[in-house]
Amino acid sequence: MARRRARARTRRRWKGRPLSAIVEFDSVGLRYGTGAEVLRDLDFRLASGGFYFLTGPSGAGKTSLLQLLYLARRPTRGRIRLFGQELSDAPREALPAFRRRIGVVFQDFRLIRHLSAFDNVALPLRIAGRSEAEVEGSVREMLAWVGLADRASARPPTLSGGEQQRVAIARAVISQPELLVADEPTGNVDAEMAARLLHLFTALNRLGTTVLVATHDVGLIARTAGAQLMRLEKGAMVDPTGILRNPPVESVQAR
Amino acid sequence: MSTSEAERRLLPRGTLRGPTPYVIAIMTFAMMIVAAAGLALASAAGLVAGAVEHRYVLQLPDGGEGRLAAAVRAARGVDGVTGVRPVPEQEMRRTLERWLGPGGLGEELPVPALVHLDLAPGGDSGRIGAALGRAVPQARFIAEQATVEPLLRSLNALQWLSLALVLLMGAATSAAVVLAARGALDTHRSTIEIMHGIGATDEQIARLFQRKIALDAAVGALAGGMAAALALLVIGGGGAALAGELAGGPPLRALDLILLAVMPVAAVVLATIVARSAVLGALRKAP
Ligand SMILES: Nc1ncnc2c1ncn2[C@@H]1O[C@H](COP(=O)(O)OP(=O)(O)OP(=O)(O)O)[C@@H](O)[C@H]1O
Ligand SMILES: [Mg+2]
Repeated sequence: MARRRARARTRRRWKGRPLSAIVEFDSVGLRYGTGAEVLRDLDFRLASGGFYFLTGPSGAGKTSLLQLLYLARRPTRGRIRLFGQELSDAPREALPAFRRRIGVVFQDFRLIRHLSAFDNVALPLRIAGRSEAEVEGSVREMLAWVGLADRASARPPTLSGGEQQRVAIARAVISQPELLVADEPTGNVDAEMAARLLHLFTALNRLGTTVLVATHDVGLIARTAGAQLMRLEKGAMVDPTGILRNPPVESVQAR
Repeated sequence: MSTSEAERRLLPRGTLRGPTPYVIAIMTFAMMIVAAAGLALASAAGLVAGAVEHRYVLQLPDGGEGRLAAAVRAARGVDGVTGVRPVPEQEMRRTLERWLGPGGLGEELPVPALVHLDLAPGGDSGRIGAALGRAVPQARFIAEQATVEPLLRSLNALQWLSLALVLLMGAATSAAVVLAARGALDTHRSTIEIMHGIGATDEQIARLFQRKIALDAAVGALAGGMAAALALLVIGGGGAALAGELAGGPPLRALDLILLAVMPVAAVVLATIVARSAVLGALRKAP
């Protein structure tokens, strides 16, 4: 009964949906195994071209939410639409094509240990089947952007935490994804490098990439004009103004 | 640098580090030896069967008083009989005395007689036997094939046994490859997760493992195949002369040799297919 009412509410809401919603969560819940739900009743939309921060205490479920978003997990409840496509129960074979449209900076970097920084950054382009000439130019440029031009042939275990993080960021943005998801991307770098990386994200955002950054770094949030703040607490979204359910898309587009 | 070269580096080098090449080498060696034995048995059985196919024996309980000569004449007159070779009475006596002792054959004991007959290929042995029965009523007409039948039966059973062994070893090889593939997947779990996360398809990931295992299998099959060929040359070199003498032909024919040469290739193909399906099966469990 309650479910049906929720669905009706959703339908009403989606009827007036702005075409530019790139992420739509509808009553999404997630539990690991048979445990309690670590994410509950998530209802929000991200406008295409927006810049979002996701905050919340440790263990609130930020990483879990991002995993749903970058299609590493499926929700145990509810519906997720990405790029206007219902993906909660899409067949496995359909997912790689969508993952290629999403850049991810993992909280634990997830670099391939035996590959050089260059090859790690090149991975998304090679998986997408780009020519090696194209790969070469883009990767050099990207490594220069994150200040690692001279570390191209170094393997991740020989890089510092901050350097690894920058390789991870370079890999996430190299294919100019439509959606960039970053989990604590500045956790291991100094303030100067954090500012530089934020600049990279805002530059990408200006080129049209929707950005979602999970972070504890309030300074980062304060420095980003026009960004929206989302807050998770104990698996639920804190959205007192309802702005996340009905984002002011026009203002984002006008920016 | 080509994309496939870059792709190849996604899994670290390490051919010959795992047990796969050794397992495949041993299995290929054993399969080839067993298969060669089976094929040699088949051709020996064929030669034996071929040699006796048209040969029959006419047995007379008593060849004395010109009965042998009469039987020979009668056999020559039967249509479809192409060769008639009586065993001379002297020879018969010598053979019998070997059993009964010198003088064991008294003058009063009848000396049985044997006549070897060759029938025309495709001849109707039943009809010829009946004709002989009419011409030489007291004779027994026996196919030599019947005397070698038990031998041929056991040769045949051994052939099936070696085929079964080859198939069992193929199954064991597949099981070893499945284990190797699972081990490789475990070792490279984080690489696979990362690649999946970045949008690699199962097909792209499976190709990496498939190529690695195919390479391992190729190295193993080559080594095992060469060892088997060497062993067969050494064993077969001596054996061929003996077998040639015994059965009147080489133990392995050209077709058999081609079949043996194909086995290492088949082992590589089998390993690759099995590895591929094992990897794809495991990847399907990811979200
Ligand atoms: N693979 C897992 N299996 C079981 N429980 C998990 C798993 N991953 C996370 N959890 C649980 O889910 C909850 C949310 O974890 P999550 O990693 O999403 O939090 P977070 O907000 O990212 O925390 P942090 O700020 O420390 O990174 C936690 O209670 C955690 O213990
Ligand atoms: Mg986290």
